[in-house]
Amino acid sequence: MDFGHVQINDPNAPAPNQRLSAASSAADSRYTRGKSTLERSLNKTKGAEVSLSAFAFMFSEMLQYAQKRVQGIQDLERKLNEFGYRVGIRMLELLVWRDKNSKRETRVLSVLYFVHTVVWKNLFGKPADSLEKSTENDDECEWLWCGAISKVTWKWGHMVRFDMISDNDPLVSRYISVPKELSQLNCNAFVAGIVEAVLDGCQFYNQQILTPFTPFPLSTPLPSPQPARVTAHTVPIDGFPFRTTILIKLDREILQREELLKP
Amino acid sequence: MIYSLYIINKAGGLVYQKDFNDGLAKLSSNEYLVLAGTFHGVHAITSKISPLPNSSGIEILEAENFKLHCFQSLTGTKFLLITDLPHPNVEQALRRIYDIYGDFVMKNPFHTPEMPIRSEMFDLNLQKLIKNVGSG
Repeated sequence: MDFGHVQINDPNAPAPNQRLSAASSAADSRYTRGKSTLERSLNKTKGAEVSLSAFAFMFSEMLQYAQKRVQGIQDLERKLNEFGYRVGIRMLELLVWRDKNSKRETRVLSVLYFVHTVVWKNLFGKPADSLEKSTENDDECEWLWCGAISKVTWKWGHMVRFDMISDNDPLVSRYISVPKELSQLNCNAFVAGIVEAVLDGCQFYNQQILTPFTPFPLSTPLPSPQPARVTAHTVPIDGFPFRTTILIKLDREILQREELLKP
Repeated sequence: MIYSLYIINKAGGLVYQKDFNDGLAKLSSNEYLVLAGTFHGVHAITSKISPLPNSSGIEILEAENFKLHCFQSLTGTKFLLITDLPHPNVEQALRRIYDIYGDFVMKNPFHTPEMPIRSEMFDLNLQKLIKNVGSG
């Protein structure tokens, strides 16, 4: 006896072949009625939303794909960050294109605000829940307190700045339960990658490395410009156990440029 | 009142079992597995012996002091909900459980299909649902 085969419980439900035909005719009408995604106007945002379920399934597959190709949690987060980067760089272009009087943001605060509102709204349908400046310091040794990221010692002998964008209920990880052995993992590393790409696209990276005359022989690859380092951390607060903070570290060069740009 | 929930995969293995009330007799984990496998077999037999073609298997099993409702998804996963006799709207509750299963088990990248369910969010949302439905 075959115990493994599938049955339809509800006798009133249409037979499987009927269902199939209904589905395919719906798909047909979609193709004949409208244009494909590639032919649609880029400026049209209404009705172009992607189903959350479809995204969740795809993200789940992406994570499983990544998990097979990494060693350890940090490696996995780096990979997710990379995935996000590819999304973010396109997102920035699209958003700037859609915006009628667009310009490249040059100031730290305005670019962060752009990420907090415009980028978030287009990705998740709502602005992020908070945007805070964490610290700015040029001390040798700096104690940073940021909720769950207990005390961390930073020993860069120069000025850095931390900003935090927080989301109370991140869409990306809404259906994901991270197992205990991976509890350090935050799947919003993907979102961090998007933010990183947007900042990078707006030229918020360590510019010193970009000098055209490098002492390296041609065979060695050029050092890539150091993007603003962006990471994701779970910082639960009352009522929002899944609140995630995207921590953005901006380096000295950017802060120096910021000083010069001050009116 | 809802007593407990069993989820049986399409091969007849028990992938999830939870009691929602204290004071229920506990079985050993092996006995739970046997129970699930047996039900799976009975379900298949009942669908085969039906005089009408394309009949579903067992859907409700009623005893003196409990009722067992079975909902089978299109993929062959079975959800068994054991309730007391007068419990209303069990069908709906099972559908909601299926929704939650779809959301927090199938969309979870750390879940392997047909394997036991270990998902914190699934537990959490199930608890919430049972609280709403079980008391009403």
